[in-house]
Amino acid sequence: MSAISSPQTGPKPSQPTLAINNLSVRIGDSDRCVVRDLSLSLPPGGTLALVGESGSGKTMAARAVLGLLPSPLRVAQGSQILFEGTDLCQQPESALRRVRGARIGMVFQEPMVSLNPSMSIGEQMAEGMRLHTRLSRAEIRDRSLAMLERIRIPNPGACLSAYPHEFSGGMRQRIMLASVMLLRPALLIADEPTTALDTLVSREVLDLMIELTHENNTAVLLISHDLGMVARYMRDVVVMKDGAAVEQGTASSVLREPAHAYTRRLVDALPRRSATTARRTTGAPLVSVHDLAITYPGRQRLFSRSAPTEAMRGVSLTIREGETLALVGGSGSGKTTLGRALVGLVQPSAGQMRFRGQPLDWRMPAPGLRQQIQMVFQDPYSSLDPRQRIGAIVAEPLRLEPDLSPAARRERTEEMLQAVGLDGSFMDRLPHQLSGGQRQRVAIARALVRKPAFVVADEPVSALDMTVQAQILRLIRELQDRMGFACLFVSHDLGAVEQVADRVAVMQAGRIVEEGTRDAIFDAPENPYTIALLEAAMLIDRRFGQPEAAQ
Amino acid sequence: MIAQTFRSLRALRINALLGLGIVLLVLMVAALAPWISPMDPLQINLRARLAPPQEGFPLGADEFGRDVLSRLIAGARTSVTIALITVCVAVVLGSFIGVIAGYRRGWTDRLLMIVNDSMLAFPGLLLALGIMAVFGASRNGIIVALGLAYSPVVVRVVRGSVMSIREREYIEASRVIGNSEWVTMLRHVLPNCLAPVLMVATMMFGWVILAESALSFLGLGVPPPAPSWGNMLNTARPHIAQAPQLILFPGLCITLTLLGVNMLGDAVRDWMDPKMEGMA
Amino acid sequence: MVRFLLLRLFTALPTLIVVSLMVFVLMRNIPGDPAAMMLGDLAEPGQVAAMRSAMGLDRPLPVQYLIWAGNVLQGDLGRSIATGQAVLPLILDRFQVSATIVLVAVALATLIAVPAGMLAAWRQDRATDIGIVSAATLSMSIPSFWLGLMFILFFGLWLGWLPVVGYTSFARDFWAAATYSLMPVATMVLIEFGAIARMARASTIEVARLDYITHARAKGLSERQVIWRHAFRNAFAPTWTLIGLILASLLANIAVIETVFTIPGLGRLLIDSIYARDYPVVQGCLLLVAFLYVAINLLVDLVYPLLDPRVTA
Repeated sequence: MSAISSPQTGPKPSQPTLAINNLSVRIGDSDRCVVRDLSLSLPPGGTLALVGESGSGKTMAARAVLGLLPSPLRVAQGSQILFEGTDLCQQPESALRRVRGARIGMVFQEPMVSLNPSMSIGEQMAEGMRLHTRLSRAEIRDRSLAMLERIRIPNPGACLSAYPHEFSGGMRQRIMLASVMLLRPALLIADEPTTALDTLVSREVLDLMIELTHENNTAVLLISHDLGMVARYMRDVVVMKDGAAVEQGTASSVLREPAHAYTRRLVDALPRRSATTARRTTGAPLVSVHDLAITYPGRQRLFSRSAPTEAMRGVSLTIREGETLALVGGSGSGKTTLGRALVGLVQPSAGQMRFRGQPLDWRMPAPGLRQQIQMVFQDPYSSLDPRQRIGAIVAEPLRLEPDLSPAARRERTEEMLQAVGLDGSFMDRLPHQLSGGQRQRVAIARALVRKPAFVVADEPVSALDMTVQAQILRLIRELQDRMGFACLFVSHDLGAVEQVADRVAVMQAGRIVEEGTRDAIFDAPENPYTIALLEAAMLIDRRFGQPEAAQ
Repeated sequence: MIAQTFRSLRALRINALLGLGIVLLVLMVAALAPWISPMDPLQINLRARLAPPQEGFPLGADEFGRDVLSRLIAGARTSVTIALITVCVAVVLGSFIGVIAGYRRGWTDRLLMIVNDSMLAFPGLLLALGIMAVFGASRNGIIVALGLAYSPVVVRVVRGSVMSIREREYIEASRVIGNSEWVTMLRHVLPNCLAPVLMVATMMFGWVILAESALSFLGLGVPPPAPSWGNMLNTARPHIAQAPQLILFPGLCITLTLLGVNMLGDAVRDWMDPKMEGMA
Repeated sequence: MVRFLLLRLFTALPTLIVVSLMVFVLMRNIPGDPAAMMLGDLAEPGQVAAMRSAMGLDRPLPVQYLIWAGNVLQGDLGRSIATGQAVLPLILDRFQVSATIVLVAVALATLIAVPAGMLAAWRQDRATDIGIVSAATLSMSIPSFWLGLMFILFFGLWLGWLPVVGYTSFARDFWAAATYSLMPVATMVLIEFGAIARMARASTIEVARLDYITHARAKGLSERQVIWRHAFRNAFAPTWTLIGLILASLLANIAVIETVFTIPGLGRLLIDSIYARDYPVVQGCLLLVAFLYVAINLLVDLVYPLLDPRVTA
């Protein structure tokens, strides 16, 4: 086989950087495939996204390019992965190693674990260059510093000798991008690079990625489940389901007019304003918060305490009967803390909370308060006790309801499960047997079984797949219509908020910076932070509402 | 249900079944010892001193002419009984303290941990040695000594487990539903701790058998003439040249039992892993 | 970093105090009168009473503890009832013997077991892995005293290659000492191999699953470079803790080895003293071992940040 082109020569101009023909990835020797017959083509400097939900095979397809499939997965016979004309499937491991890093770079999803916690940043950045180039130590250091400055990391010199845990998720991801792009590869594979980051930070990271790849004419293969992001940044898209490509083409055409039924479902599942019914803007105040301040005590060391952190200050809000107030902000904005304070998991250090006009103090709760105020948690994988059966989980709050016979309890439990769309067969199952979406339904049922007047929903759909998110959002809305509870919907995902909220409040660094009806906030935001959030959100309504070119 | 159990049994590897088999065998021998023993383990028969395996003495006789096989069987009973009781004592004591330390935290936790770490400072055997030194060798003494010596391990495991469970959302959810702290601890925290406790208990069973044998070997364990695998090795030592088989058999028994326990422990851990949520 | 050090030293102190309390209480519970024991059977009541007074046994318990603790800190651990020797130099002398064997054994065991464990993890579920895990399980199941006895039987009595009893220090005669120490060290290495190998394997498996390993491969590093530069440091950390535990517990288990091979070490001293009811010596041994255990754990903790920089944060 011909040698892989060295950094000096480069590919021929008309040849695609990456051409995948009939790629299949098999599990061991069985006939089961996680990727089936995938074909795509990526021109030099082009951008292509592999889109799909979990289990679609998109990550494995990307890993196959670099030959990094975890065993027992193997590339099947007959697959071809042509990188700059050479079939990578036929190359020996030593040749692949020369390609990795130098010609094809890869950026991973979890910045927490993709950088080695016991090596300094400088060492990790230098490693690739030491392996693939003949630069001296001083030159490597110079280039690393230059790159760090380029990505606007403060104090690059100190950064080189620091360790990964000293940086936030967003910075780590930028550093990883930087160290991969230092080698100026011809192809960059980015595996869900922003899934673990919040909106504004995601935006920064993606903008940086596009900048760097543009400069070096690097082609980008992006793996993602976020259609909004794909529509904004990528030119071509391949939609995958169950290992096979169901549709491909340019992003704008595929997403604007999807041909395949599954693509249509994905696009429809994107939350949009148009999907909801009339807004609720009247109703008596139910829960209100005045000048609330919450301070977390510092961590207890042996004989001292580290400095306390202020989570919020001077926050005032009102939530009316039956309405949904969305609370948005980035990580660290205090939105989750406010939700937790309202249900008593955190005590305020100043200010007042009121429920139905009466002071709300969880340290000495009024009788019956617990029945009125409930919470749906974020992580469906840890909010259910793994040892309890579903029926018991949903029935548990009823045990605190006085004068309820076991038979009546069972009846109400079944009723509630029906209401969230789970039939009787779920009563005896255990949480690990349910999917994420199903578990979240159980969590909702548990919160609503005592028919509370007010529910705090803490990022209830963030951990779920796209199509499932849409279902759960619709469910919450339906239940609200039927049962009439008010809801504080905490989220960083403006798309979900757009669909579900009646009013919106925006939080930044522990204070409320803007508040208004949903339409007012989304159509005419005033505060610069709100504007930045909306810009970064890549909402599909805004995307296709305006005549902006995809690249 | 049965089909599912069968399928999961087959998914386990052979050594898991082997481990289970060995442990069950030892437990059965221990339970049925008085009935399956061919001769009285204490019966002295000086004419048959140090006899090799022969008619009437399937595995030979020891320095007092006592039948080795019968003594091995009786030894099984002794060791297993001591181990079982000790593990129960250590688990109950350790879990109780561990839950309190893990859930309460703050000064309660810190105080309990200082005491616990001090006890851990005496590695099991040493602490037992110390206690036996004071109270002299006896069966009950061993149980108390080893039980005290090993409960700090259980405390650590339970406390660690409780501390990680505490942070899970379903514990918060339990409080938000309206359950009190105690109800939350009993209904949600404790049952989820059982898995690691079970694993530690399985391993501890093996450790105790080993420790008891070692103590008996040193003459500070089960006092003769009652047979224990450990003290059989001790009394056979002077005769190692003339009757090497006396060294072979008791040691083999200990090794096989521990092998079974270790393999079973591995299997228990592998089986519990997929169902355990976040147990590090 | 310095703060971390000081903090760890500080938290070790209460443990030491409680340990000393425990030893003290244990010893005070010995049946019989220490004074009478010191003087022997023929002592008269008057002499015994005087002895008690001299030993401070008529003072309240907390005062006795403080006096005793004070003496300990000055290096006075009393005198042996059997030989009249000062306890501290006696146990330190014996300790040298035990320490040599223990350190050599643990070092050898680590050098063999850690690479074996990592190799098993890297080839998980294949023949190499199954072989190493089986060997490790077997190693954890064999009692040390039995293995020692079998070695004596085989290499000492039947083959006659190695001496069965006796000991000499390495300082005096290196080769003789080596032949005497070979079997005890070999026994310990074989016994400790199992636990270390399994721990190294388990932590390597954990680490291998993490993304930075795949990232390292994606940079183009060879397998060996990935293992050595990335996996090792992170996988070694929990193994290091275990080694500390083993080192410390070996000090106790060595009593058994020394008995089997008749080595004049600390463990043998402890056992012999227990039989002889020589309580000051027993007390001294227990204190020394417990103190060493705390010191070793402290050392382990201090090295930890080098392996995992997150710890000092």
